[in-house]
Parts: sequence; C-alpha cells; structure tokens
Amino acid sequence: MTPENLDEHENGMPEMRFDPMPVEEEEISHLKTENGQTPAITLLKTELPAGTSPNRTLQAVKVSTDHLNFFYGQKQALEDICIQIREQCVTAFIGPSGCGKSTFLRTMNRMNDLIPGARVDGTVLIDGRDIYARQADPIELRRRVGMIFQKSNPFPKSIYENVAYGVRINNLAHSRRDLDEIVERTLRGAALWDEVKDSLPKSALALSGGQQQRLCIARALAIEPEILLMDEPASALDPISTAKIEELIFELKKRYTIVIVTHNMQQAARVSDFTGFFLMGRLMEFGDTRRIFTNPTKKETEDYITGRFG
Amino acid sequence: MRRRIINYFIFSLTSLCALLAVSVLLFILGYLVWHGGRSINWAFLTQLPKPVGESGGGIGNAIAGSGKIILIATLFGVPLGFLGALYLVEYGGTRFNFAVRYAADLLNGVPSIVIGIFAYTLIVLRTKQFSAWAGGFALGIMMIPTALRSTEEFLRLVPRELREAAYALGAPQWKVIATVVIPVALRGILTGIMLSVARIAGETAPLLFTSFGNRFWSHSLNEPTASLPVMIFTYAVGPYDDWHQQAWAAGLILLLGVLLTNIVVRVFLRPRSA
Repeated sequence: MTPENLDEHENGMPEMRFDPMPVEEEEISHLKTENGQTPAITLLKTELPAGTSPNRTLQAVKVSTDHLNFFYGQKQALEDICIQIREQCVTAFIGPSGCGKSTFLRTMNRMNDLIPGARVDGTVLIDGRDIYARQADPIELRRRVGMIFQKSNPFPKSIYENVAYGVRINNLAHSRRDLDEIVERTLRGAALWDEVKDSLPKSALALSGGQQQRLCIARALAIEPEILLMDEPASALDPISTAKIEELIFELKKRYTIVIVTHNMQQAARVSDFTGFFLMGRLMEFGDTRRIFTNPTKKETEDYITGRFG
Repeated sequence: MRRRIINYFIFSLTSLCALLAVSVLLFILGYLVWHGGRSINWAFLTQLPKPVGESGGGIGNAIAGSGKIILIATLFGVPLGFLGALYLVEYGGTRFNFAVRYAADLLNGVPSIVIGIFAYTLIVLRTKQFSAWAGGFALGIMMIPTALRSTEEFLRLVPRELREAAYALGAPQWKVIATVVIPVALRGILTGIMLSVARIAGETAPLLFTSFGNRFWSHSLNEPTASLPVMIFTYAVGPYDDWHQQAWAAGLILLLGVLLTNIVVRVFLRPRSA
C-alpha cells in the first residue's frame, strides 16, 4: 500500500477483515434522524465497536459479520466471512460466478431463509443487532433492508401500484393523498417520474427493461429502507440504462447504505467506495476501491481484476 | 420405391387418425342435433315432464337440479382442492406433499360409481333420503383432485422472482400469497376450475343412487333431485319413443352446456400476453 492511499483514505481499512469487530460493543447513542427516515420506521441506535475511534471522516459501521458461514444443505457456500460495511457508502462485491457474493448479499436481508435446507452459522449485525438472533424478525428486517434483483421483477400491476405495494402492505400511508405523494416522491428519487408521470395507471410490464429496473428501485425506496442491496442490478441492461442506474446509485448513497454485487469490474470501480473480492465462498480481499483496483495485495485479486481468470 | 410406399402409408394412416379424432366430436354433435334438435324449444327447457302417454313436456326440473348439484359440488370440492394446492405449493414439506399428490392422483382414478357408493353409504343411508346434498357431495369428491392438481400447477408457474420481490418489501407470507401469488395465478386457476366443472357436469354414475331422480320440481336440497345425465339415462333405456326423442334433446343441451363453458373459459380466461 502506498502512502498516498493511506492519506486519501482512512487508516487501516484493508486490515478490517483480519480484525473482526468484537460482538460486545460500547453503545454510542446517536440517533440517525439526519438520514431523513420517517417516524414509521423504528429508529435504532448506531453502535460502534469498541476500539474503533469515532473517526469523523469514517462513516459508522452499518453491517458487520463475524465468522459467517453459510450452507446450502451439505454444500458450504460462504466460509468465514468477516466484514464491516459502512453507512452511506457504496460497497461492491466482485468475483466469478458461484463465488458466493449473491449468497452473501442475501444473508443481509435473510432472503436465504426462503430456500429449503439453507443454514447460517456465525453472526450478522446490523446497527449492532444480530439479525439471526432468535427474537429477530425477518419481516421487520426486510422492511429496513431493501433489495434490487438481477432481473427486474415488477408485479403485473400498474406502475402506481408497484410503487405503492410496499407502502400499502406495511401501512405506511395515512391517506390516499399521502400515498400519492410517496409514489411521486419515490419515482422522482428513482429518476423515473418524468418518464412515467402520465402513465401511472398503465401496466408496469409495458415499460422498457431499464425503466422496469428503476421502477423496482422506486418500489424498494418507497418504504424508506436504510440499506439497499443490489444484486447485479444492471447486468441485463444496455449501456445507457446502466449509466442511469449508476447515476442513481451516486444519488442514493447520500441517504442509504448501498451494497452492490456486480460482474462488471468497471462498474465496481466507478460506483463504489469499498470493494470486496469473493472467491469460492471466501472473502479474499476487502478494502478501499481505489486500492483494490490499483494495488491489490492478493495475487488472486490481481488475476481477477486484470482478466487473467474468471 | 419401398421407402416411398411406407412413407405414404404412414402419412395416410396418421392423417386419417387425426381427422377421425376431430370428426368424432362433430359427428356426435351432428347426431344429437339431427335426433334431438327439433324437440328443443322454450317449453322443453322450462316445463316439467308430462306423464307417460302425453306428448310434450320438458326437462326444466333436470336442468335446475343439475345446476343445484353442480353448485354444491363446486362449493365443496373447489375450496378443498384450492386450499390444499395452496398448502402444497406454499407451505408443505416434500414428503407430505408427495403423499397428498399421490392420493389425489389415485382419487382421480377411482371409478365414479365407487364414489357414488361411498356417498350413498355415507349420506343416503344415514339420512334415509336421496338428496341433492348427496349428489353434490359425490361430484364434489370427484372435483377435488382436478381442482387440486390444476391449481397447484398454476401456482407453481408464478415466478420465484415475484414472490421474492414481495418478501423483500417486508411482506409476511400470507400477504405475499394473497396480493401476489393468487392474483398472478388467478386466470389459470379459474380455467382449471371451470374445466373441472364441465367435466363433472355429465357424470351419471355417482348420481344414480345419491340424488336419484325426480319427475317434479324438488323444493329443497333434501329431496331426490332430477339431473340431466340421470334423466338422459332413464329416458334412453325406457320403452317409449317419445322418451328416446327427449333423451336426444337433453343430451344435446348437456353437450352444448359443456361446450359453452369450455368456449367461455378459453375466450375470457385466456392468459393475457404482457
């Protein structure tokens, strides 16, 4: 690591993976109202691990995992993942197909619970709370951790109803006008409003692929999550739609913690602050994006990002 | 040369069979129209049968009775099959699912006369009464496996991505089912149900000793009730020409009803292209 890199970014980020945070932390009561959350979502205290000095330039830890293992039946898909994901940053995961990056993404909103035979071992903390604890509620968790899928998957309903869906099922709107307002605000937030404002009652399936994906982002944003998980959100889109999604990610990271899985290395380099490289279920390397792409410490990382394999 | 002869022979044989397959329906329909068409008029559809020897009279009671019995069967068989399928797709474990599916397939293969005897022993013998209830119960049992398997098939066709989208928004399982899975599968499910209704509408054997038959209007569901298939059977084996004539006409009505249901299903419940 060069001294410039150290200066540009916070000391010791790359070492984070070797030094997982201890589970018992000192609580720092600091409510995250500046994130612009509605009162409908429970505000949780942000906890920083003991030993982490409250560094002003470094965002707080939002998600951290400790010796996380994941199994599909007998097959181990994730091995001993220890990572800390920072608030209001974009964290990208790259790696060859089947390396576990999507699986890891799905442990953060417990989407893997839906797969029969899936088993998690180790801890995943969000805001210092173990989301796999016995009393933890996956439904409540998924309201706070939104997800965008690889294939855009709007419901076969109108554009309006797609955005309104999460708001309706979670009873977040007090009136029809309230709901209209949320739909408009969210569609604006997803940079889709100008394109669809005259066709809200039309079927979402009539939109183009890129518009559908932005609609799905709007749908996820409508319930104001804190974290947005994106599983290869632009892999099925043309370059122009991809650029729009990437611009959107830039916009969104001001308010949300974004974790994105991508096969596109340029995309990871463009949009993310931190990058993790997965290989065969292991987190090989994790750190500041610029450093990973210019000066990786592991040979496997270098081979992958220079296109020598994978 | 030999090769060409064989080729020609196979082509002729298969096309002949294909042609026969289509023409059977047209032939039956034509035959029914030929024999029964001229007896059909408003009075025939609405009036009671006349006593033997008098000409005229209708099958109004049989049409109404069939309607009642089919309605009871649907109200009994469809919810069971539908909710059972919902369980299989959304909740069930592999082993139990296998057992349920296997049982449904076996039930589908049980001869209808056996189901009739079952309903007879269970309801008619106990209540000492032939009734629309008993007939509806027997036909309802016959609907369970078809309703279950077709509902299951269409629920399974709902893409996993749509379920995941709803789960990812914090929807609990029952809301995912009620607001996404069922609406998406609804057309297919309704199609399956309508076709299973059409299928049981012509069943005779289960009704012979459950709803029995009645030459008059039945005023309650606890009375013996006339139905089209049983009436056709009775008239067809009876000794009077007038009866034979009416059996043809009633057969035509029954077939038209079934065809109409099929057509309605295919036209209105056709899967919409996106």
